[in-house]
Amino acid sequence: MSEKYGIIASFSDTPALFHAAEKVRDAGYKKWDTYSSFPVHGMPEAQGQARSKVPIFTFIGGITGFCVGLLMVWWMNAYDYPLIIRGQPYFSPVFPFPIMYELTILVAAFGTLGGMFLTNMLPQHYSPLFNSQTFLEVSGDRLCIAIEAHDGLFDAVETRRFLEEIGGTDIEEVSA
Amino acid sequence: MDATQAALLARVQPAELYESPLVANDRDFNWVTEKICRIVETKTPLWWWVCMAVALVTASFTGLGLLWLVSTGVGVWGLANPINWGWAIVNFVFWIGIGHAGTLISAVLCLLKQGWRTSINRAAEAMTIFAVVCAGIFPLFHVGRVWFAWWLFPIPNSNAIWPQFRSPLEWDVFAVSTYGTVSVLFWYMGMMPDLGVLRDRAVLRLKAGSYEGTKIAKQVAVGMDHFRKNFYAILAMGWRNAGNHWRNYEMAYLVLAGLSTPLVLSVHTIVSFDFALAVLPGWHTTIFPPYFVAGAIFSGFGMVLTLMLPLRALYGLHDLITQRHIDNMCKICLGTGSIVGYAYIMEFFIAWYGANPFESYAFINRAFGQYWWAYLIMFSCNVFTPQLFWFKKVRANHALVWIMSILINVGMWFERFVITVTSLANDFLPSSWGYYSPTMVDILTFFGTFGLFSVLFLLFLRFLPLMPIAEVKFVMPAADPHGHGSGHSHGDPAQGQGDHH
Repeated sequence: MSEKYGIIASFSDTPALFHAAEKVRDAGYKKWDTYSSFPVHGMPEAQGQARSKVPIFTFIGGITGFCVGLLMVWWMNAYDYPLIIRGQPYFSPVFPFPIMYELTILVAAFGTLGGMFLTNMLPQHYSPLFNSQTFLEVSGDRLCIAIEAHDGLFDAVETRRFLEEIGGTDIEEVSA
Repeated sequence: MDATQAALLARVQPAELYESPLVANDRDFNWVTEKICRIVETKTPLWWWVCMAVALVTASFTGLGLLWLVSTGVGVWGLANPINWGWAIVNFVFWIGIGHAGTLISAVLCLLKQGWRTSINRAAEAMTIFAVVCAGIFPLFHVGRVWFAWWLFPIPNSNAIWPQFRSPLEWDVFAVSTYGTVSVLFWYMGMMPDLGVLRDRAVLRLKAGSYEGTKIAKQVAVGMDHFRKNFYAILAMGWRNAGNHWRNYEMAYLVLAGLSTPLVLSVHTIVSFDFALAVLPGWHTTIFPPYFVAGAIFSGFGMVLTLMLPLRALYGLHDLITQRHIDNMCKICLGTGSIVGYAYIMEFFIAWYGANPFESYAFINRAFGQYWWAYLIMFSCNVFTPQLFWFKKVRANHALVWIMSILINVGMWFERFVITVTSLANDFLPSSWGYYSPTMVDILTFFGTFGLFSVLFLLFLRFLPLMPIAEVKFVMPAADPHGHGSGHSHGDPAQGQGDHH
């Protein structure tokens, strides 16, 4: 076996995974994650993670969409090529409101999806975990915790013992 | 809880509130994964090929109709002064309206924490997208010279003229294209975890290598799994089911739900502006936006029932789409159908109360004029049909529910026909009054879109996960980190549905 990626351990049920995650957090590990085929309620707190940063991207997208909509309508219908329509004003913030509204939502949605990709570091072509049978079985009903080898506290023997202690079974070393 | 509260509770003996579980028969996580994944992983059933063949033939009608139109001109439709908005606009509003239920389920019911939405969510969102595709065809070809349709978008063209943003039709371009795009984004993001599951399952099968059958059958199965591995790997974008992934995903999902809610309300509002901002009697009313949105949700849930009831029977999804789900969908039809019925009556009242002779004439003419038959179909399908959903026996009779769901959409198509055509046919100048009839090309193009919709939906069934596996698991008792569930099938069915914190 060449370079190690880390150790992956399985847990029997959702509460066991949840409490084990709290213990890994309290032990001070930083480079680790839980793996489950569904989101677990309250897991970010149990893992000691901060609130997701996705809404920042949504906000930036929304503001951009709103301003682009406003400027576009003004520039196109009042500045670059003014058209006289039914004696209405060339520009007003009222009539283009649907345009601004829709563009706010459109660009905010792209910002949200893009933000989800960025914060999750996706798309990702390869991860050493993809070679692990244990990891692949998460897609069924397996629940896992994997601690990475480049975590400061990682020690091949100690970390394995620690995972066993907090209820981990089927402990497997994942090679990088 | 303190002692007095405990004593009080002991005295009043509160009744056990039983909520039927969202996943029936105490199924476990593996069962859910298998059930949904096997739909795309097993051999294509015969009925799928039969439906696909019928759908393709039907879809070709739209192709023929459009070919005819483009090579001849928009005159091949039954449009003639004064009725220049005929079936094309009716069909556009009809299909866009159907889409609304998908977004309502995925966004509004998500914000309202309605756990029952999970099993019908994915298919309803797919329905939304395919309905928008069908809807988009009509205004696109209604412009006459479809090769200039891109002038609707703010793209520089050789005439150096920009779109005219004071027109509600231009707002519609933005509303519908935003709606289509955001629906696709939301649908895709919700699907990423499940695509990862399909990818991992293909890899697991290839690793195990235990394929059965003859040598050729084995080779085919291995080839298919290689295809699945790559196809779903590309679509899943490296999703790894990690806690960190879920954290950002859940936030993004919530935000997209929050964005889609005002979006879905705005889309049909803006569609109704196409009518309400005209000065024509019968169109120029302030009731239109809420009335159109309620009608859209009504017809959309009708379509969800039309699609999901046969799928439930064909794929044996009775434990995932339970009577509780069907009850809830029927009740939403009842609620929105009643709003629509109220709007029909209120329109009449306001036409009389407003004391505008043109307005009251438009409404009397609608109900008793030359299109009385269309009004009668509309009124009986939309106002009387859903009232049957008050009865539990009716909601439990799935054949009847299915027939009623189709009647709802027949009624809703006629609603748009009545609104569009009656106001145009009898406008201010009696000398210009006319009677509108569709031509063969109108009929072919419209019925073909049902084929197009079915082709897209059948492809969805065959290649993508029909239900959001992760979300279905999330509402099971076993997914509760503070419950007694284990994920291995001995959860307490009477326990809450993962949302009892």
